[in-house]
Amino acid sequence: MSASTPFALIANSTGLPWGEVPAWPVREFVRATARELDRGGRLCAWFGVAENGGTSLVAVLAFDADNTLAAGRSAPFTGSYPALTITHPQAHLFEREVFEQHDLMPEGHPWLKPVRRMDGNAPAVGEFFKVDGREIHEVAVGPVHAGIIEPGHFRFQCAGEEVLHLEIALGYQHRGVEAALAGGPHLATMSQMETVSGDSTIAHATAYATLMEALAWTEAPLRAQWLRAIALELERLANHTGDIGALANDVAFLPTSAACGKIRGDFLNLTALICGNRFGRGLVRPGGCRHDLDTKRTEQLQDRLKVALADVGQAVAWFWDAASVRSRFETVGTVFPAQAAEIGLVGLAARACGLVRDVRYDHPAGWHRFAQAPVSVWPSGDVFARAKVRALEIERSGQYLCEQLATPPGDVLYAEPDGPSPDTLAVALVEGWRGEVCHVALTDGVGRFRRYKIVDPSFHNWTGLALALRGTAISDFPICNKSFNLSYCGFDL
Amino acid sequence: MFVIDTIVHRLKRGCETMAYPKGPAPALPDRHGGALKVNGSLCAEGCTACVPLCPTAAIARPAGSSVALDLGRCIFCAACVEACPQHAITQTGDHRMAVSRREDLLLGQPGLEEARLAAALDRKLLKMFGRSLRLREVSAGGCAACEADTNVLGTIGWDLSRFGIQFVASPRHADGLLITGPVSRNMELALRKTYEAVPEPKIVIAVGACAIAGGPYVGHPEIHNGAASVVPVDLFIPGCPPHPLTILDGLLRMLDRLGKKG
Repeated sequence: MSASTPFALIANSTGLPWGEVPAWPVREFVRATARELDRGGRLCAWFGVAENGGTSLVAVLAFDADNTLAAGRSAPFTGSYPALTITHPQAHLFEREVFEQHDLMPEGHPWLKPVRRMDGNAPAVGEFFKVDGREIHEVAVGPVHAGIIEPGHFRFQCAGEEVLHLEIALGYQHRGVEAALAGGPHLATMSQMETVSGDSTIAHATAYATLMEALAWTEAPLRAQWLRAIALELERLANHTGDIGALANDVAFLPTSAACGKIRGDFLNLTALICGNRFGRGLVRPGGCRHDLDTKRTEQLQDRLKVALADVGQAVAWFWDAASVRSRFETVGTVFPAQAAEIGLVGLAARACGLVRDVRYDHPAGWHRFAQAPVSVWPSGDVFARAKVRALEIERSGQYLCEQLATPPGDVLYAEPDGPSPDTLAVALVEGWRGEVCHVALTDGVGRFRRYKIVDPSFHNWTGLALALRGTAISDFPICNKSFNLSYCGFDL
Repeated sequence: MFVIDTIVHRLKRGCETMAYPKGPAPALPDRHGGALKVNGSLCAEGCTACVPLCPTAAIARPAGSSVALDLGRCIFCAACVEACPQHAITQTGDHRMAVSRREDLLLGQPGLEEARLAAALDRKLLKMFGRSLRLREVSAGGCAACEADTNVLGTIGWDLSRFGIQFVASPRHADGLLITGPVSRNMELALRKTYEAVPEPKIVIAVGACAIAGGPYVGHPEIHNGAASVVPVDLFIPGCPPHPLTILDGLLRMLDRLGKKG
């Protein structure tokens, strides 16, 4: 029960004074965090804050069943601390990140190496895990890939076709997003938030805008919250449709691939109908939205949405109808539910392992407090499940949009918020199409950002792809990769 | 049965590829606004209303001069358009923005109000690439939006391959590079190696505000401010991201495939 947690409870999209976040000496703090995770907590964020010549570790936890978040921190320290990863693998990348950014040594971390550190003109990827044996061969892929996609490096240890281990080395996309936010917000901050991960513009922009509103102890007008929720589902529809098409393409099922490529564009054009930009840039701002949906535009949106939904429904039906497609997806790239929980998967990848995890449902904020979409879950954890959850969510999002578009609230779209309060910690979670987008801000004495932490769902989920490949044929890597379709730049920041 | 379904579907729909460039170009979304036009002579004395609003510092008003806007840096948020009391900065609704030289994106001076659109490649290169161009895409710090709107050109609505343009899986098979992203320092080595692996003669296309000038990340120590800091660029296509139509226009313009209408 979270009610008895020693951590400070905090609802999604709200803030609390930094002084009210409980602090422990670091060893006790790690133990306390471990206890909370054992009781069903989940690590949303784990990061350092420079303080008094040392670093305070901050943990933001989610208690999904109790619909609450919780925050705690360590007293400032330097040097080393006992790694949380040893008992709770979901902390492994967070601790590597803290090691890289603050030079704090997590003692006993099983695979301590940089996450995205620059090493001249390439990332410091370090030594790769190696499997020994005369039958073993190693395959290296990337950073530049064969398609029109972002860069990253994959290192496979294989016995014949079978992948024994995959290590994913990222960092190539590092643009210094978090470092630039210190002392912010700056003039470019909003645009940077919209491009943290370009296919999740609405999710990240909404998280940032909500956070700015929480720091001012206010919220956006209802109509803006409504419009953000609509844009978020359009973003989900576009990306899910694109992914189903890409999966179809990878198993050479061209009818669905060709149709979905076009329909994805139809959904992007609906976002452009609202704000002019196919990715939703320029729509969400702290305090509200910049473009409204008048009655005529809403009708146009509804009509075009109906057509696109019918089209995608048909394209997806062909897909499930084909035994050749199903057999390529079933039992391939399986992540088991226990593994998923252990590594802290989020979003559709987690729901495809049977875990009921959806910020819109577990931690509703904004418009989702009034209108929720049902959580789509599938238990098998394989490529099939990840495709299936997408298909289910296309249906649910479509239905949600049709319902919400029929009942627009209010008419005020924007109310300029005050500046951020000083010495305040605020947390905003948004269920982007990949999963939980987490933004945490801590302000200084004059209300500027002292620390701004972004956790893209990809940060949790890349480990899921690595696990999915174990025991899978390397020739199935493309469909496994597409079934997760994770962000490189959202991870690299 | 999907076999019959898909055939019936195809017959019902017919060809879904747009008529452009033989027919008219599809309309941009009405709130898109298209390219910007900057008429510096309209600027009021001492007015700098637009300058502090630009998130990428694409606008300047040097003392004693009129406003100068760098369309390469612009992310098309239109904050300046809304703020200008004299309507010196306006949206044209035009999707065409690709240029061959970086300076052709600097707007504001008399006679230089709009982007000076790209010229076709020279005759020798046109002979080689005009009807068959193979590109390797390198995302170097790109956010996946420019990548997505380049990718969309391969779908049935746009059908890029009808122009003989294709994206290939190896630089050795390519005639040039299409670069997105501000070029993160962590991608510098990979970009250089990819560029070197493309056989001569080769062309480089920079797509998006990031690849042209660093976009919202301009000035970050973790990036180079655009592709031209690392490799020579032959075509600049502005936008954040550029609309697919703007990218297609740029490619066809360079290959002299737009005829007189272009």
